[in-house]
Amino acid sequence: MAEEIHVPAFREYPIIPAIVEGSMAHSKPYVAKPDHQQSVGYPGQLVDDWQNAAVKKLGELVSQSRALQVFLDSCVKCGACTDKCHYYLGTQDPLNMPVARQDLLRAVYRRYYTFAGKYFPKLVGAKDFTEEVRDQWYSYFHQCSQCRRCSVFCPYGIDTAEISMAGRDVLDAIGVGQKYSNEIIGKVHKVGNNLGLPEPALADTLEGLEEDIEDDTGVPVKVPLDVEGAEILLITPSADFFAEPHIDGLIGYAKVFHQAGISWTLSSFASEAANFSMFIGSHDNLKKVAMRIRQAALDLGVKRIVVGECGHAWRVAYSFWNTLIGPFDFLDPKYPAPQHICEVTYDLIQRGALKLDKEANDHRRITFHDSCNVARASRMGNIPGGQFIIPREIIKACANHFFDMAPETIHQNTFCCGGGGGLLTDDLMELRVKGALPRMEALAKVVNEYDVNTLVAICAICKTQFAKVLPYYKFQMDMITSLHQVVGDAIQLGTSH
Amino acid sequence: MALEVGGKTIETDEEGYLVNRDDWSQQVAEAIAVAENLDMTENHWEVVNFLREYYEEYQIAPAVRVLTKAIGKKLGKDKGNSKYLYELFPYGPAKQACKIAGLPKPTGCV
Repeated sequence: MAEEIHVPAFREYPIIPAIVEGSMAHSKPYVAKPDHQQSVGYPGQLVDDWQNAAVKKLGELVSQSRALQVFLDSCVKCGACTDKCHYYLGTQDPLNMPVARQDLLRAVYRRYYTFAGKYFPKLVGAKDFTEEVRDQWYSYFHQCSQCRRCSVFCPYGIDTAEISMAGRDVLDAIGVGQKYSNEIIGKVHKVGNNLGLPEPALADTLEGLEEDIEDDTGVPVKVPLDVEGAEILLITPSADFFAEPHIDGLIGYAKVFHQAGISWTLSSFASEAANFSMFIGSHDNLKKVAMRIRQAALDLGVKRIVVGECGHAWRVAYSFWNTLIGPFDFLDPKYPAPQHICEVTYDLIQRGALKLDKEANDHRRITFHDSCNVARASRMGNIPGGQFIIPREIIKACANHFFDMAPETIHQNTFCCGGGGGLLTDDLMELRVKGALPRMEALAKVVNEYDVNTLVAICAICKTQFAKVLPYYKFQMDMITSLHQVVGDAIQLGTSH
Repeated sequence: MALEVGGKTIETDEEGYLVNRDDWSQQVAEAIAVAENLDMTENHWEVVNFLREYYEEYQIAPAVRVLTKAIGKKLGKDKGNSKYLYELFPYGPAKQACKIAGLPKPTGCV
């Protein structure tokens, strides 16, 4: 497969690459099948009156969201965003400049909803919603990982993610959805997780995992499922049950809870942290998916809800749960609701409740990838920048060798892994490989300077994406490691504290 | 998309996964493997057969760890790891082996 995709070369200096018009115009994810569409409440295929239906839907979205209207009205074409998108840097396609991506939607909004655009469309760059425009939307709104890096640099704070979400929402409303996201959301509604992993398979997988941990450590660490009255309900991405290196993170969480003596459980009804509804801008689906978690928490009678290593899930949980599925007055008010697994682990480390052997990680020379949705759309702990500090402090408490990547590529400036926002699908592999360029460049620097051999992340999408794209850039696939694997390897099980 | 196997047309989706699981046969698996540039050895078959057995019981492909453990038991401990499975199925054991086994593609962040 590697030879089919032209992997961009590392740039010696971070120059802005020359534009190559139309270089990614061919990139389009598979269109959702009728049953995928219907499972998430959208028309099965392109509706007859699609042009009017799209314009109407766009009007509704703008009237419902003051933010969206401001984003569409306020761009002054200053150019600050043009070189901030990893997809532009990796593909050189000018329509992957954030301003150009926004303009795809802005042109249609202007045509139908502004005075100047209605009467003098050419003067203000307003365009009819034609088939050509529709195709461009489908292509380029699926070349945005909604990472929001551009919005950090925009003097008006225009959030391209909101615009690409709105674009996808309009496309869904006229029957042209993306297969990857919509099939997955449908599975969550039906089975409870992105994988479609039914309860018996989940139970079997977790049982096997308990055996493995006991074989490895000699300690009967439990990975409980559907335990009523547990203190904590852990909501984690289903990739944690299924894939590598995710599952080693799950083992890490289990060891943390075990060693701290906290009772916890997973839920087979709400066996998914991810909520792809955010990627397609669908409020109804967002709520429906999140509601399973409230239901599970009430049914199991837990006192706390903790979220595992999943980037956008933490954004949904931290920023939206309270209004979506709150209030959480049935949970223990002594703890944040929801709480991130990193907050739990960090607190336990601070309190001396975990005995950690840093030397257990001496073979690792670690750097940390800030996941977009954690970095730019949420927080951890009760200090500004806690979402940057806490994961790094956990790593440093568990390992002796930690090295940050360049400052312009971490914290709020972090570069997307290249697979976020509903783009982590095989049919977008070229985009994913190219979009990983800036992160791979930053990684190469710490590999060369400090012999870094471990890339730690706290997001299921980032982990899968890196496992896939690292080899294209001549790195080892297994460099990518779950943060809680590093924790789990350092924990001294069975010791008193 | 479609596969031609033994004079029969087998329907696949745009990524080459079988549309109807009942269409699967050893010959169909061989044909998918050819399309994937894979030579099916006995060890490939061990993986494919295990996937099918597991799917039969649980209606889902096994997690990578479940698979590596099972293969380790069948083929020896040195082969019970994902590195070995990637040698057999370079595009990833979960997706490529499922495709050959006639199972649906695992979805999600995997």
